[in-house]
Amino acid sequence: MDEINSGSETHPDSPSVQGNHGIKVTKSCTIKSSRETLYAFWRKFENLPLFMNGLVSVTQNGNSSHWIAKSPGGKKVEWDAVVINETLNELIAWRTVEGSDVSHAGSVRFKPAPGNRGTEVTVKFEYDAPGGKLAAKLAKITGKEPSQQVEKDLTHFKAVIETGEFPTTQGQPKGEK
Amino acid sequence: MKALCWNGKMDVRVETVPDPKILNPRDAIIRITATAICGSDLHLYHGLIPTLEPGDILGHEFMGEVVEVGSEVKNTKVGDRVVVPFTISCGQCFYCEKTLWSLCDNSNPDAYKNAVLNGYSTAGLFGYSHLYGGYAGGQAEYVRVPFADVGPLKVTSSLRDDQILFLSDIFPTGYQAAENCNIQPDDTVAIWGCGPVGQFAIRSAFLLGAAKVIAIDNVPERMEMARQAGAMVISSDENVRELLKEFTGGRGPDSCIDAVGMEAHGSIYDDIKQKLKLETDRPYVLRQAIMACRKGGTVSIPGVYGGIIDKVPMGAAFGKGLTLKMGQTHMKRYMDPLLQAVEEGKIDPSFVITHRVKLDAAAQAYSTFSKKEDGCIKVMLTP
Repeated sequence: MDEINSGSETHPDSPSVQGNHGIKVTKSCTIKSSRETLYAFWRKFENLPLFMNGLVSVTQNGNSSHWIAKSPGGKKVEWDAVVINETLNELIAWRTVEGSDVSHAGSVRFKPAPGNRGTEVTVKFEYDAPGGKLAAKLAKITGKEPSQQVEKDLTHFKAVIETGEFPTTQGQPKGEK
Repeated sequence: MKALCWNGKMDVRVETVPDPKILNPRDAIIRITATAICGSDLHLYHGLIPTLEPGDILGHEFMGEVVEVGSEVKNTKVGDRVVVPFTISCGQCFYCEKTLWSLCDNSNPDAYKNAVLNGYSTAGLFGYSHLYGGYAGGQAEYVRVPFADVGPLKVTSSLRDDQILFLSDIFPTGYQAAENCNIQPDDTVAIWGCGPVGQFAIRSAFLLGAAKVIAIDNVPERMEMARQAGAMVISSDENVRELLKEFTGGRGPDSCIDAVGMEAHGSIYDDIKQKLKLETDRPYVLRQAIMACRKGGTVSIPGVYGGIIDKVPMGAAFGKGLTLKMGQTHMKRYMDPLLQAVEEGKIDPSFVITHRVKLDAAAQAYSTFSKKEDGCIKVMLTP
């Protein structure tokens, strides 16, 4: 975890999540687009609700940003984040400020893929689930586990970039049960 | 509209459901003029494919008239007569660009579920469970077609619906199965299963220049239909491997096609294991095809497998240096050239239809087809 200060023993001075109950997620996918395009799309955080499930809005103010999401139970969750590391067209890393509803740190890295396959996008996420690891385990059982969510969001990001939309069946006809 | 809904194992019903709507800019809505029941629909009917939900609309072989298009669909317009491939492809991902259309990265909204099963998700399919996206199928009056600027093939000739309909799946599927055999002029191809895909595989093998095709089945009308195409026919109740040896001078067939898949009959072992849920598929034919194939030959598998199989003679496949080719059909490779073959009169795909019924009677037709009653080989449905 070179990109984000993970709160582990090796970064005791800048913990992003308290204690040892942060949950780490790493997911990668390859997207047929240039690093420049993907970086620019992602760096405009206002775009992120287009593909991140549950994220309602992000407003940027310089290096800081305010995030509003809806929890699976429909509850509004808000936090403020700061960009803590950034390399043009390669890396964006952020961390929530103290006092946030959901404490987390994350990074996204863009690397050229071999040949004309586009760009390898890797998202790393460390996340302080309310209720800690036990809550995350329960969430995995109920299908609301963060690693699965990051994977879904990344799949949506890829679809939006490659096809201009993401596949859905929400609103299609179905027989009565 | 009316649509055929799955409600549980051996329980499908035509119900009234809301009409489909455009949900994405690249969608189109098609008014169905002809649809069909596929052999692979029977795997759903028999409850062997997980993640179907009560109320899901089935059907992945259909054609019709475009009645509405999304804002980003420029090459298809209202009024076009189209036949729609059963696999949904975005046209822009790595796989679509390589014409591996059935492996599309972007068309399955439930990609993560499919990835749990397969490692990586493959394309979305119409009416084929929530592993493949849960898209409503086309055994209905209307259907929504995603990425409608990629899949549907426009037909302008005066061919009848029953001559075009099977470009949606079984003709390309049989053709790809034969093409995967890399048939050389003096080759003998053995084909297990004389259902609709097997029938098209037989005819495609001849189109691709096979010298001899040996078909294997035990349903009299299916065996007769294979004979009409020029195939030699062996009953699956006989000693198939010995007869294949005899008919090939002891060499074995140059390639073998398993057009049966996960619900093969003939092995009590597999019947029991599948009932006990220790095995999801019954690979009886696959084992026989691997054992029968000549050294260095190809086993091509268009028959659908959905999960886990066991006691597959991998040692024989390895020892004989076999090539195994399989997978859902890369539809768009074949639809255009096969439409041309139909237009040129090289083949009339309507030969395979034994039953023509109204959509209202679809539930009964599933039962008839499933039990192979009344000489049923292929059912065409019209709304």
